[in-house]
Amino acid sequence: MKNYLGFLKKEFYHIIRDFRTLLLLFGLPVIQILIFGYVIRNEILDVKIAVLDNSKDEVTREITSKILSSDFFILKENISNTKDIDKIFKDGKVKEVIIFESDFAEKLEKYGSADIQLLADASDPNSASLVINYTQGIIANYIKGINKQIKQPLQIVTNVRMMYNPELKSAFMFVPGTMAMILMLVSAMMTSISIVREKEFGTMEALLVSPLKPLQIILGKVTPYVLLSFVNAVTIIFLGYLVFGLPVRGSIILLLAVSILFITLALSLGILISTFSRSQQVAMFISVFALMLPTILLSGFIFPIENMPEILQWLSYIVPPKYFIIIIRNIMLKGADLTQIWTETSVILGMTILFIALSVIKFKTRLE
Amino acid sequence: MAPGETIIKVNGLVKKYGNFTANDNLTFEVYKGEIFGFLGANGAGKTTAIRILCGLSYPTSGEIRVAGYNVYTQREKIKSNIGYMSQKFSLYEDLTVKENIRFYAGIYGLSDLQIKEKTEILIDKLDLKEAANKLVRYIPLGWKQKLSFSVAVFHDPKLVFLDEPTGGVDPITRRKFWELIYDTASKGITVFVTTHYMDEAEYCDRISVMSEGRIEALDTPANLKTRYSAKNMDEVFLKIARN
Repeated sequence: MKNYLGFLKKEFYHIIRDFRTLLLLFGLPVIQILIFGYVIRNEILDVKIAVLDNSKDEVTREITSKILSSDFFILKENISNTKDIDKIFKDGKVKEVIIFESDFAEKLEKYGSADIQLLADASDPNSASLVINYTQGIIANYIKGINKQIKQPLQIVTNVRMMYNPELKSAFMFVPGTMAMILMLVSAMMTSISIVREKEFGTMEALLVSPLKPLQIILGKVTPYVLLSFVNAVTIIFLGYLVFGLPVRGSIILLLAVSILFITLALSLGILISTFSRSQQVAMFISVFALMLPTILLSGFIFPIENMPEILQWLSYIVPPKYFIIIIRNIMLKGADLTQIWTETSVILGMTILFIALSVIKFKTRLE
Repeated sequence: MAPGETIIKVNGLVKKYGNFTANDNLTFEVYKGEIFGFLGANGAGKTTAIRILCGLSYPTSGEIRVAGYNVYTQREKIKSNIGYMSQKFSLYEDLTVKENIRFYAGIYGLSDLQIKEKTEILIDKLDLKEAANKLVRYIPLGWKQKLSFSVAVFHDPKLVFLDEPTGGVDPITRRKFWELIYDTASKGITVFVTTHYMDEAEYCDRISVMSEGRIEALDTPANLKTRYSAKNMDEVFLKIARN
């Protein structure tokens, strides 16, 4: 126990005396959460548009003001000629142009239909379709308002409610993913680097020759990162709540317990990587390519797994963060309890045991 | 030196990696309190043998006892009775001199009081007072080397293994370093040292010369020079290597 404490003290010296490590440990989580939460957005805000109103009647004015009074659009320019459209897009001044046909209100009154053309800058396809969807939504709402006044013979009304995230905030999606990514990064990469550093400097040999048992060495190396990762997990949950209003609807104890399980998994991966790597650079390289990329691309963090080609979907089954992200989304947003996340938790537990077993075997053969 | 108590007893040590035989039937003894030189070119099998003696790897066959303990079954016992210093010095660059001493003494189970007293004495002896609270990264190579050695024998082991301890330092620093080794041996701590430098071979009580996994010669430097009718150890080494 005493030499274990001495070992921990040494590890903490390593961490606090290395500025880069400190920055990575404590700066990264905060920066990542803010970047992913604020910068990558699936909702739109203050999109600049232009309006070409060939009719300029009561109805077109009303629709325009409805569109502009939402928080989503800002009127950049009123144009009067279709020739200007190309130029205004190319100048990058607007993302969308709304064109009302002439005699709009009259046609609507007489024939019961009138045309609005929506042009969007689809050089960025994602935001173009978002912009169009939002605009259509507002127009549809307006029509619904008018229709209420007229008695209609038959109607089907769809009542939509977005459960668990009524405002469709993208932060609700990104914060759990970022949490998985950071825990993976801090736990796996930092552990593997710190173990490999001991190999590089020859201190690992000195430790192995000492009466310390290999298990004690590994525990000593890993403990500080368990604590730090845990601090990070709490920080992220706290930031998510404070900055983005991300709730924890389920049990916070359960959430933290699952986080510790995932941290253990990441640490066992880190140990495994360290047994393969001869230098710190190699350890870093493997961590980034074998852990970070799958975490970002194949875990459902950013891209929905259901939309991937089948082979990638199969591949995603062996990406551990996938299960962790499902679990934390379920606990935080849906308030799930252990019985509802049992499958995913078992998978993580199984993987953890597998990786620990592999690292122990690998560690032993290396000694031989 | 008259053969006294045996501290390392190796009988028929063989270590194979697949088809490659790194140690081919080594048999030798090291006596308590002597400075035993383990010489050989790179790849001759020195490191393999030293790793087995330290309990870092198992031999393929052979009977080996270190400090009276069996390397197959009593590795833990062996580990608490030996010290080890490699050419990489095994010091933590981002820890101070004192912190390094404290850490290594701690893992060998010394009490806080013992550590405190012995640290003062050591720092005095090495003349490291000013550097005691400096990070090891900032102290000169010669000091690192002395510190590394002192840390390896801090817990008063029965024997200490030095794996090319003087790599990359100048002859004067080397000479000073050997004074520390003599001092340690005079306290009854056996020193088992591997080296490239033939001038260092002269400082040993007995030396063994390895080549291609076998021990080609084992005697005192004086006897070896007579047998090979050589002026110095360099010549001895060359003559053995040529045969």
